[in-house]
Amino acid sequence: MPDMVLEIYGLDAHYGDFQALYGIDMNVARGEVLAIIGANGAGKTTLLRSIAGLMKNRDDQIRYNGTAIGAMRADQVARLGIALVPEGRQLFPSLSVEENLVIGGQIGRKGPWSLSEIYALFPILKERRHQQSTSLSGGQQQMVAIGRALMANPDLILFDEISLGLAPVIIKSIYEALPNIVGEGMTALIVEQDIARALSVSSRAYCLQEGRVSLEGASGGLSRAEISRAYFGVT
Amino acid sequence: MEWFNALVQGALLGGLYALFAAGLSLIFGVMRLVNIAHGDLIVLAAYLGLSVTLALGVHPLLALVVVVPAMAAAGYVLQRGILNQTLGQDLLPPLLVTFGLSVIIQNALLEVYSADPQKMNAGVLETASVSVGGLSLGVLPVLTFAVAVLVIAALQWTFYRTALGRAFRAVSDNQDIAQLMGLNRHHIFGLSMALALAVTAIAGILLGIRTSFDPSIGGGRLIFGFEAVIIGGLGNLWGTLAGGVILGVAQTIGAKIHPGWQLLSGHLVFLIILAVRPNGLFPRISG
Repeated sequence: MPDMVLEIYGLDAHYGDFQALYGIDMNVARGEVLAIIGANGAGKTTLLRSIAGLMKNRDDQIRYNGTAIGAMRADQVARLGIALVPEGRQLFPSLSVEENLVIGGQIGRKGPWSLSEIYALFPILKERRHQQSTSLSGGQQQMVAIGRALMANPDLILFDEISLGLAPVIIKSIYEALPNIVGEGMTALIVEQDIARALSVSSRAYCLQEGRVSLEGASGGLSRAEISRAYFGVT
Repeated sequence: MEWFNALVQGALLGGLYALFAAGLSLIFGVMRLVNIAHGDLIVLAAYLGLSVTLALGVHPLLALVVVVPAMAAAGYVLQRGILNQTLGQDLLPPLLVTFGLSVIIQNALLEVYSADPQKMNAGVLETASVSVGGLSLGVLPVLTFAVAVLVIAALQWTFYRTALGRAFRAVSDNQDIAQLMGLNRHHIFGLSMALALAVTAIAGILLGIRTSFDPSIGGGRLIFGFEAVIIGGLGNLWGTLAGGVILGVAQTIGAKIHPGWQLLSGHLVFLIILAVRPNGLFPRISG
């Protein structure tokens, strides 16, 4: 039994009367990069929001390092070492670039990431550090969003569609930075629409379809036919 | 010269209005909460000040040492105990709850202190004046204005230079994402209400030294505070000071024209500014 960072059992999630997730089972080993793929509305973002504590679940449906965190608030989950890079970046518009990064680190967890490390990873942010975060380009905003999550020195980092709405050349440079990010023993969960990209950076993948796990396996071992069946639900 | 005198006196009065408004502006900025009980909380602070001066036999300004922390603590408890439960997508529940709170505070004050007007005795401070370039300025209004400038500078500094202010702005921008940064929004909201009521305590004491007060005057103070905030523009603290000054000047100039026009001219200037610049003069956030 490998050392599990995250274990999810029978996770259901609801938005009012609408059920978004149906009995998701998932586990993530320490240091692993796991990809979650699936069509729009499959429940990928809901899954990440549930893990991060932005959606309330039953306590024992999500375990992190053995602790039941399903019913915890997001700020409590964050303190335990889980960080989310949210879909659409969602920087704080009232805060400068540097303040966005600093606020990410203010829970004060020890680890390799600091302001100077983030600036070394994304040098452009150092030049722009006093600007309003909304004045940056989409790619630079994504760098801030990633930096903000790293500043918390998380053990588990969740990436939600970090390539969404960005130019291909920007996506390429962000994904090139990824090995430096997850190389430090950090565990990562990557939600991505770009299947090829997701499979190339991950060791294992889950595919969601209409709120259920439709496929799971080693990223290298999944065939195109299996993926399209799991993705679209057609045979 | 008489008109210039009215202008200066009005500007100084504006300092008091800015103090009424600063707390309103702060809590609206952080959590979009419109506090209908704000005026009554100012009056409550004045009564607390009165009780402290009578019980301890100290100068009203010294009562601040007790009243400011007491109001701040009450603000934190009020926010976490009641008001946090009313916050959500809908703006109506906090309005209704704070309206109810306003009624409760007024009646509680009536019960405890009766409807008789009260006043705090600040000794020579009430009548002392200094002569500046032919104008005779009351020491108390000058002190009030100076306090208003200091309070707003301190709030501004807190908002833009401290970790607490960063947390206020982050929670105001996006509550969910702020939670992801390890900020418990209920705690942050409690702190912002504590800070707002600390300012309210200062406003209440200065009000109680300046004029007599009774449990029913809260509503009027709330209106002045609102008008100062709206004139200055939402989310801009220095704008709130400017709004207070404009309101104060409008009132004293109005009173100079005809004694019955004091309040009316203040409201008219407010309405004109609202018609011409619906977002106020120096808006920083859009409604």
